Amino acid sequence: MLEVQGLRKVYSSGGREVEALRDLTFTVENGDLVCLVGPSGCGKTTLLRCIAGLLQQTGGTVTLDGHQVSGPPPGLAMVFQEYGRSLFPWMSVRDNVSLPLKQKRVPRQRRDELVDKALAAVGLAGTESAYPWQLSGGMQQRVAIARAVAYEPSTLLMDEPFAAVDAQTRADLEDLVRSLWQRLNVTVLFITHDIDEAVYLGRRVIMLSSSPTVVQDEITVDLPAERDQLHTRADPRFTELRTHVYEQIQKAKRLSR
Amino acid sequence: MSSRSRGTALLGLAGLGGLLLVIELLPRLGLVDDAYLPPTSEIAAALADELGTAAFWQAVGDTLTGWAIGLLIAVAAGVVVGIVVGAVPVLRAATASTIEFLRPIPSVALIPLAVLLYGTDLGSVLLLVVYASFWQVLVQVLYGVADVDPIADETARSFRFSGWARVRHVLWPTALPYVFTGIRLAASVALVLAVTAELVIGAPGLGKLIAVAQTSGAVPDMYALIAVTGLLGVAINLAARVFERRSLSWHQSVRGEVPA
Repeated sequence: MLEVQGLRKVYSSGGREVEALRDLTFTVENGDLVCLVGPSGCGKTTLLRCIAGLLQQTGGTVTLDGHQVSGPPPGLAMVFQEYGRSLFPWMSVRDNVSLPLKQKRVPRQRRDELVDKALAAVGLAGTESAYPWQLSGGMQQRVAIARAVAYEPSTLLMDEPFAAVDAQTRADLEDLVRSLWQRLNVTVLFITHDIDEAVYLGRRVIMLSSSPTVVQDEITVDLPAERDQLHTRADPRFTELRTHVYEQIQKAKRLSR
Repeated sequence: MSSRSRGTALLGLAGLGGLLLVIELLPRLGLVDDAYLPPTSEIAAALADELGTAAFWQAVGDTLTGWAIGLLIAVAAGVVVGIVVGAVPVLRAATASTIEFLRPIPSVALIPLAVLLYGTDLGSVLLLVVYASFWQVLVQVLYGVADVDPIADETARSFRFSGWARVRHVLWPTALPYVFTGIRLAASVALVLAVTAELVIGAPGLGKLIAVAQTSGAVPDMYALIAVTGLLGVAINLAARVFERRSLSWHQSVRGEVPA
C-alpha cells in the first residue's frame, strides 16, 4: 500500500520560495489503478518524484508497503514521459530492458526469461537487437514499459507516459496498461493531464488543485472492469464521470485565480 | 562516394599538387634562393635517402614512443580527473578557476623545468606532451559529464543503480563522444609538443634530426623531415577519426538522422 501523508514540497532558490505541493494526503491500495489528474503546472511531476524517492520532500511522509520512502524504494518502477531520454541510446532494446535486472542481481537465465516475457507482453518481440532510436515514439514507450514490467515491481509509477505520442498510439498504449495491470497484479499510479484518459484507465481518479497543490476531489470509477475504447467511451456513465472530473478541475483553476 | 565528395577529394589533391608545383618552380625560376628552399624534387630525393637509413626509422620510433606514452598518460589522467571533478559539484566549483589558470600556460614555457628535471631524456618530452594534452582531454570530459541527461540519470536512480553503475552505464557513455574529441585534439597537440621538445631540448627523435639537418646545412633533408612530421600528423588525425566512428556507431553525430 502506498500512503502519502501531508506531503509538502517547497522549492527554494536564490532566496525565493515556491510552494509546489501544499498538503497532499491519499492512499493507494495494493493492486489498485489510480489516476492522478490536475491542471497543468499543478506539481504532478513533483509529486511523483517525491513518491519515487528521487526528490526530497519538505514535509509530510510517503510510505510504501510500510516503509518510509527516503530514496528510490525497492519494488518500484517508473515510466517517464520523455521516453527518448529515459531509454539509453547506446544500448539495444534487450540491454535496456535487461540492465535494471542485472543491477538487481537477477541471475542470467531468469533475466533473459523476464526480458523475453516483458517484450512479448508489450508486443515488441523481435525488436531485441534494435536500438531505441530506430523505433517509433510509441514503440519506444513500449520498451520503457517493458523495462518497468520486467523489473517485477509491486508499484508502477507512470508520469504522463503518453503525452508525447499520437492519439491512435495513445489509445493502444492505454489498453496495454489496462491489460498489464489486470494480468500482473501490480499497483499502478498513473499521472495525466488528460481527463478522458484518467477516467478510462483508472479504478479511482484523484483530482488535484492548482499549485500550491492539495487534493481537490476523489472518485471511484464504477465502469465495468472490461473496458474498450469504443464502448467505454460511449457509455453514459463515462460521460457523467468525465463531466464531474472536468468540473472539479475547472473549479480548482477558478479558486486559484 | 557521391560525385560531390569525389569532386571535393579531387580538388583537395589538385591543391596539394599545386603547392608541390609552386615549391618546385619558386627556386627553379630564381624567385627564392634554393639554399633556403630547395625544389620539391630535391626534397623528395632527400626523403627517399632518409627512408633508407636506420637513424631515420629510429627517430620516427622515438618520436612516436614519446607521443604515444605521453598521450596515454594524458588521456588516462584527463578521463579520471574529469569524471571525478565533473561528477562532484563541489570539486567542480573549487577547481574551475585553477583549471582556467593552468590551462593557458603554454607547455613550451615548461621547457626549462623539464630540462632541470630530466635533462634530454624521454622524461622531458613526456612532461611537455602530458601537460599540453592533459587539458585537452580534461576540458572535453568535463563538458561530457555536464551533458548527462537528468532523465537518464533519474531513470538509473529509480531502478536503484549503484553509484558505480551510474558512472559506468549513464555518465561514461554520455561522455564518450566528448572523450573521443578530447583524444583527437590531444593526439595532434601531443605530436606538436613531442617534436618541439626534441627540437629545442635535443631529446632523440625527428625533432632532433631536423635540428641536426639544419645546423649541418642539409636543407633538403630538413624539409623532408618536416614533411614527415606533417604526414604523421595527418595519419594520427585520420586514425583517430576512424577509431571514433567505429566506437560511436550509436551516437547521433555518427548514425545520422533517423525519422521518429
